[in-house]
Amino acid sequence: MYSFEYERPKGISEAVGAVGEDDKFLAGGQSFLPTLKLRLAQVDKLVDLGSIAELKGITVSGNEVSIGAMTTHATVASSADVKSSIPALAHLAAHIGDAQVRNRGTIGGSIANNDPAADYPSALVALGATVHTNNRTIAAEDFFVDLFETALEEGELITKVTFPIAEKAGYAKFPNPASRFALVGVFVAKTASGVRVAVTGAGPSVFRQGDMEAALDSNFSPDAVKGIKTDASGLNSDIHASAEYRAHLISVMASRAVAAAS
Amino acid sequence: MTSVSMTVNGKSVTADVAPNTLLVQFIRENLRLTGTHVGCDTSQCGACTVHVNGDSVKSCTMLAVQADGAEVTTIEGLANGADLHPMQEAFKENHGLQCGFCTPGMIMSAVDLVKRNPNPSEETIRKELEGNICRCTGYHNIVKSVKQASENMGG
Repeated sequence: MYSFEYERPKGISEAVGAVGEDDKFLAGGQSFLPTLKLRLAQVDKLVDLGSIAELKGITVSGNEVSIGAMTTHATVASSADVKSSIPALAHLAAHIGDAQVRNRGTIGGSIANNDPAADYPSALVALGATVHTNNRTIAAEDFFVDLFETALEEGELITKVTFPIAEKAGYAKFPNPASRFALVGVFVAKTASGVRVAVTGAGPSVFRQGDMEAALDSNFSPDAVKGIKTDASGLNSDIHASAEYRAHLISVMASRAVAAAS
Repeated sequence: MTSVSMTVNGKSVTADVAPNTLLVQFIRENLRLTGTHVGCDTSQCGACTVHVNGDSVKSCTMLAVQADGAEVTTIEGLANGADLHPMQEAFKENHGLQCGFCTPGMIMSAVDLVKRNPNPSEETIRKELEGNICRCTGYHNIVKSVKQASENMGG
């Protein structure tokens, strides 16, 4: 790692005030620290969010689950509130990385990074979540822009994510056996305003599969999506899987996600 | 340099470190606790697993400064004097190792695993140990060890 300065503020406004042009916020660090170690990134200063109590925790009120940006995957996975309100979200969190990564990695860090194979973006888009920052709210669909790119401005800090509770939701992923990142992950949510299907791992960034949404709107069953193909052009192709294989996996994972939905 | 203070295996330690010092470097090089191993140094293998405030973490993917104020337990902190921790005892009895390099990380992960899953099935043990790699592929006896330890730990 290149050298850098380090600060660990106690509050949100202090953190926002502390971060300059060549500085970065540090959340759980499970992607960012390896990036720094490989010298793929360089910062003047890391502003560690680990001591900001108001960024942590889960609350359920009315028809909404609110998860603080610095809440770890392990906390989401084991939360009785999340398990009872959106079980698919707890299931998703329980399958990110491995146990040690889940003990450090956070929802805010994950979505700010917008890794194309991360799990959370699919849940945010399918459930119609809202990303709250220090100065505005952003709809999940507008938040994830492109490969490792989000709508966040320089120095903008995610404070929490709010999820409307769906009637039913399910998540299924085909994990890369080494990294457990999603080769393809599909999150299906049945909401009052219709079914939403969000796909991660397959393209440069999370996207919705409209044909599957229409099919599931009229028949919410695993068979309804099995035969629906996704165009492979524009999908990711790498040593792990070709674009055509990923396109095929979308149908399989969507069908499994519907079968698992509760 | 930044000053860090933490409790490691019950003992308070304070030191000045560069902010880019990894927790595992601090543990091995400053504190000379070399039971925690560096295997891959890329967050994959889990040989560097320690407990920070009771949770298993990969100490190669955490900065020493992030552990400021924390309670850290390494493999050296598990035994009670000459009495091995039940997990260490089970690894010894079941020969839960081959070359032994991954063992400190395996044991630290396993202790956390049993804390969260007091009576784990074989499947749970295998799934929960996904973050620890044994290059000798000696998983069979590792799983047996964890199962036995979970019974002895009152699960």
